Amino acid sequence: MSEEGVVKKFMFVNRKAPYGTIYALESLEVVLISAAFDQDVSLAFLDDGVFQLKKGQQTKGIENKNFSPTYRALDGYDIEKLYVEKEALDARGLTEDDLLVDVTVMSSAELGKLMEEQDVVLSF
Amino acid sequence: MLHIVNKSPQDRNTLDSCLRVAQAGGTVLLIEDGVYAVVKGNAAESKLKAALGKFKVCALAPDVDARGIADRVMDGVTLVDYAGFVDLVAENKNCQSWL
Amino acid sequence: MKFAITINEGPYQHQASDSAYLFCKAALEKGHEIRRVFFYHDGVNNSTRLTEPPQDDRNIVARWSKFSEEHKLDLVVCVAAALRRGIRDENLAPGFRISGLGQLVEAGIEADRLVTFGD
Repeated sequence: MSEEGVVKKFMFVNRKAPYGTIYALESLEVVLISAAFDQDVSLAFLDDGVFQLKKGQQTKGIENKNFSPTYRALDGYDIEKLYVEKEALDARGLTEDDLLVDVTVMSSAELGKLMEEQDVVLSF
Repeated sequence: MLHIVNKSPQDRNTLDSCLRVAQAGGTVLLIEDGVYAVVKGNAAESKLKAALGKFKVCALAPDVDARGIADRVMDGVTLVDYAGFVDLVAENKNCQSWL
Repeated sequence: MKFAITINEGPYQHQASDSAYLFCKAALEKGHEIRRVFFYHDGVNNSTRLTEPPQDDRNIVARWSKFSEEHKLDLVVCVAAALRRGIRDENLAPGFRISGLGQLVEAGIEADRLVTFGD
């Protein structure tokens, strides 16, 4: 049984691109489950993780499920804190307009500071 | 905060990402193939030297030994055993594995 | 202190499971508690009793089973990840149990520290 009333800061750190490996998809599953525990949940997208949020994913040709719409559904689960590393976008020729969901773009340093404030950091 | 890096700096950008994001004053622990970053004269040496000014840098000794690089460890890097790894996790508020 | 551990990679392919095991062992020797070990992604492959490594190699699965028995460790295998990879109750090694992802979140809430081992 979980401890009644405990609210911890959980950060899910996404650093991997979708489809090439399963980490992004399976990590999203635990993010959705975490919503049921009434914790203070945030998602951070760094490095190739920013590609998870790229608009216009068409996965028919690789016979994979396009799970990118799920990111747009997160606010329905009260998961609203999505942070994206600016340096990661810049390095990949992307801007905030390329992303399929509203996010907060911040510098590596700001993200690092936020990471320090977490109780639990889950990385995949 | 404890940052755990397990990739060789020659193979992946994980150490770069960690050093870019991690806040000064934290600890960086190199494990598994991450320990290759501590080899004197390796291409990532200058990065790690710069990191030594900002972070406590540790490497997991059993991983260093296993890879035959125990005699090449850069000055300033602290070698820890698994008990030391456990202590680092316990004494830091949280930890991030840079997978 | 209470630790929770996540293992994201299968045995042999990657060092993650070995590292996690040695970490748990050291933590217990220092008097800490391992609240739960959660096997996720390909990490679920650590739980199949069908594993048969060569005789001169370590048996990673059996080592976890034995470790669990000795220290009453809670070894939880993610059900969704397990079913994807053909891991079911029928081929589960002793000491492991299959359960939901909520067990991972719960471990994060209950433990003082959560450490992830993966690729």
